[in-house]
Amino acid sequence: MITALAIMALGAVVLGAALGYASIRFKVEGDPLVEKIEAILPQTQCGQCGYPGCKPYAAAISAGEADINLCPPGGMDGVRKLADLLGREVKALEAEEKPKQVAIIDEATCIGCTLCIQACPVDAIVGAAKQMHTIIEPLCTGCELCIKPCPVECIHMLPITENLDNWKWKYPVIEIKRAA
Amino acid sequence: MMNWTTPPYLLDGQASVRRVMLQVLVGLLPGIGAYVWLVGPSILLQLALATISALAGEALMLRLRGKPLSLFLGDGSAIVTAWLIALTFPPLAPWWLVVVGTLFAIVVAKHLYGGLGQNPFNPAMVAFAACIVSFPALMSQWPALGLKLTFAEQVSIIAGLAPRIDVMSGATPLDAIKTALKLGEGTVDVPTLLATQDVFGNFAGRGWEWVTTGYLLGGLWLWQRRIITWYAPLGFICGLSLLAGALWLWNPQGFASPLFHLFSGGAMLGAFFIVTDPVSGCTTSRGKLIFGFLAGLLAYTIRVFGGYPDGVAFAVLLMNLCVPLIDMYTQPPIFGMKNQR
Amino acid sequence: MLAQLFGFKGGVKPQTNKAPSVQLPIGQAPLPSCLFVPLHQNIGGAPNPLVVVGEHVLKGQLIGGADGWVSAAVHAPTSGTVLAIEEHVAAHPSGLPTLSVVIEPDGRDQWIPRTALDHRSLAPERVREILRDAGVVGLGGAAFPSHAKLTPARAVPMQDLVINGAECEPFMTCDDLLMRERAEEIVRGIAIFRDLLGAKRVLIGIEDNKPEAISAMNKAVLRLAEDYAVVAVPTRYPAGGAKQLIRVLTGKEVPASKRSTELGVQCFNVATVYTAYRALAHGEPVISRIVTLTGNIEQPRNWEVRLGTPMRELIALGRPKADTDRYLMGGPMMGFEIPDLAAPVVKATNCLIAGSPALFPASPPEMPCIRCGACAEVCPHELQPFELYWFSRARNFGKTQEYHIFDCIECGCCSYVCPSHIPLVQYFRFAKSEIWSREREKQAADAAKARFELRNAREEREQAEKAERLAKAAAARGSERKPAPASAAVLPPTVEPVQPVAAAESAEAVSPSDPDTVRKATIVAAMERARAQREAVKPRNTEQLTVEQKNEIAAIEARRAALKPEPAAAQGGRADSATSQERPGE
Repeated sequence: MITALAIMALGAVVLGAALGYASIRFKVEGDPLVEKIEAILPQTQCGQCGYPGCKPYAAAISAGEADINLCPPGGMDGVRKLADLLGREVKALEAEEKPKQVAIIDEATCIGCTLCIQACPVDAIVGAAKQMHTIIEPLCTGCELCIKPCPVECIHMLPITENLDNWKWKYPVIEIKRAA
Repeated sequence: MMNWTTPPYLLDGQASVRRVMLQVLVGLLPGIGAYVWLVGPSILLQLALATISALAGEALMLRLRGKPLSLFLGDGSAIVTAWLIALTFPPLAPWWLVVVGTLFAIVVAKHLYGGLGQNPFNPAMVAFAACIVSFPALMSQWPALGLKLTFAEQVSIIAGLAPRIDVMSGATPLDAIKTALKLGEGTVDVPTLLATQDVFGNFAGRGWEWVTTGYLLGGLWLWQRRIITWYAPLGFICGLSLLAGALWLWNPQGFASPLFHLFSGGAMLGAFFIVTDPVSGCTTSRGKLIFGFLAGLLAYTIRVFGGYPDGVAFAVLLMNLCVPLIDMYTQPPIFGMKNQR
Repeated sequence: MLAQLFGFKGGVKPQTNKAPSVQLPIGQAPLPSCLFVPLHQNIGGAPNPLVVVGEHVLKGQLIGGADGWVSAAVHAPTSGTVLAIEEHVAAHPSGLPTLSVVIEPDGRDQWIPRTALDHRSLAPERVREILRDAGVVGLGGAAFPSHAKLTPARAVPMQDLVINGAECEPFMTCDDLLMRERAEEIVRGIAIFRDLLGAKRVLIGIEDNKPEAISAMNKAVLRLAEDYAVVAVPTRYPAGGAKQLIRVLTGKEVPASKRSTELGVQCFNVATVYTAYRALAHGEPVISRIVTLTGNIEQPRNWEVRLGTPMRELIALGRPKADTDRYLMGGPMMGFEIPDLAAPVVKATNCLIAGSPALFPASPPEMPCIRCGACAEVCPHELQPFELYWFSRARNFGKTQEYHIFDCIECGCCSYVCPSHIPLVQYFRFAKSEIWSREREKQAADAAKARFELRNAREEREQAEKAERLAKAAAARGSERKPAPASAAVLPPTVEPVQPVAAAESAEAVSPSDPDTVRKATIVAAMERARAQREAVKPRNTEQLTVEQKNEIAAIEARRAALKPEPAAAQGGRADSATSQERPGE
């Protein structure tokens, strides 16, 4: 009995020491989890999650402060990937999932106030004071941050339509049931 | 109306699951013929029982799972399972044994794992293993050789109306040799046994040797039809004969020859109809060879050193477990990448 | 001459159905009522339109200039008027539109001036340019710009030039007829490619079910005294796949990760060679191609068709039978169903097949995979299609790449033999396009992230610089405090007048047109604010002011200029001086 206890205790001590040593010896610098989470986030930097960008949100998820279903641009797909990565439950998205979109500036209405330029998180708007502004479409992430600051409401969002460049082959529909 | 269009628009009109399964059934016919010649039409009754219960079980499970009956009931896969069960069970086993075994195979081993194409274990072998563990006595009662029963008598035995005890004194040749060696404890040797006992024939069990030859012929036909490939059967035969041959060469008195082992029990059925099961077997060529080879080794080991009269079922089930691993490590090099490994 | 054929693993032998469309010689398709020439007919960059609406163009006139190196030009297929440059349905499985030049033929079919060139007298670079500007692309169906394939690899000497006349797709006979009728031009064209690549040996592979084409090519080779080998290869689909034909003729296997030139071999379709020859020796750009029109029609035949001809007009030439229910572009194995017959014939259109339920019966319902491995047996790239299928089906795209999904050439052999009738190729196409789209998204996300981080860094830097400037200014003020007091008393009145002027000015400008709606009010407010802001920042930007106002502003500016070096240090505190300096900008 005593021997058994001693062996178990000894085992615990040895394993504990090994684990403790390993955690110091093989310590991982930085927080790779944040990076992994950030890689899943769509980088729209839209702040719809309530954080000032994708990285802060990733950090908040990693710290357990934020839920994984706060990113509308990432959609349910993103939620699923996050749930997969973090081993959490898949949850319905907090907000409504929208199709991908780009901002368009109505050139006739734009007064050249530069407010949207300041709001754009990815520098996708060009223009100068009193000059008409325009959006560099390929760079626009569709974050909608430019809409609010516009004093003349000349920016609106257009959903990205299917074209030959982004067209995809569809998932084959399984027809077993219908055939019966 | 199918408005489902996807290239290629040309399809090989011949290819279908049903056609594959039907050919497997045809491949079993020579063996069945020999079986009928050996033990009488009782085996046909067992085949019918198994087929009916397999189809009933399949229909029930398809209904429960909400799958189209017409499509899956006709694919023939349940009948293949049923026939393999009937052929591996004792021919005069009570009717309910075959029914229970078949239902177990279809309901548990096949449909609970996702139905056609999804079962990790060979359903027929699962049924055999489950029954031999649950009903060891019934599963080892083989009709005594030379027992001449009319079809009516066979039916009444299978139906449980006639007493079983006295007619069921027989054993399979494999069992006979094992029991004799065990009881003899060194006083008997294999060549004498084979020469003296009635149960042994020219090169294996009397009569049984022709049944297994029938399976061999059916299997070769399947290979010629390209329904099966040669990898798994060859691997199995090599594995079995390698171990059997080594031990036989080392001690011919204590071990039967590879020929005897190949043509006894379920070896040929296993080699051509069970290790070749695509669903539960390996998919790569090298994987099939390895799968068959290891199954052959295991089958011999269990058969000779284990507690069961035959080892094919357990060997196959154990190897089914290893399939994903073997497949993963035997992925063939692809076009253009053969010299870059 | 050639002793050994190598063969390839896998492949299938479907009914070839080629006989009906080789009965008649190649016909000249009549001029259509209207041509829709898509600008983007090649793999690579989309050409830019070089014509304007209303312009009269000549046959062969450049209408779309190559965009970048991997791109090819587009030309007017006949003379006529440009009616529009607009989105028109593309020859694509999606039926989506693409930018096309709409030309109304004038019926004169008048050529541009053409100059014949000898490639031997030109620098190789120049020849490649000519081919690009003549719009020469792979006419086997891939439409990859040919000139981009004509540069030999630096490290590997070019051994073999493979000319692909195998044409393994069932129904298709356009290359067969081209070889029968225009063998000599093909053989002459081969010399261009051989010289550009410096290939030692030329192998012309033709499936052995085309004896007429083989003998025509052989005769042409003999007549022109070339040392090309015309090789009959066994008829087995997909022997006409570039990689399969290279394998059969040279024994070399080109993986997806390599270019064939890296193995010292290159492959061109016979029709491509033919157009290259026409482009150089006759100065004719690619404005037409041979199209096999076959299937469920009264008169199957090969037609020389101007690019941009609406498919409907071409198909009418063959008189489709009543039970025709679909049209395929390309062969039945790798082609696709055309969603809209308004789509034009393009460089990739090698074949149009009218389909009927009898010709292409509906696929039986899909069953679960039974892992039989039939697909792996016929896969010419020796892949494991069933594994790819499971992973594609489960959207496990990482695994599909591990199992080499991008080596799949979508030949359709696996689907052809599958006993469970699984649309395997469709799953692979789905997986591939998902992977591409995710890759695009990932790149966009990475770019957005980089830009966001750059922007943040810039803002931080600007803030730091500003703070530094302020600190410096404050420090400077601290040291020059003595001379300051005189101006301190003047400051408050100088600041205040600026804003009222601006406000009054903007109110005057807006009030006449001021409507009642709230919306307009907000706009006015916003414009006021913006104007006030601008005015405050740049008071000089006021051309329409009265002379008095201008004078006033000038006076203010003068005072401000005098003030600038030592602003508002009256109160003495550093913090106070900083805020007062900020004020004009508020």
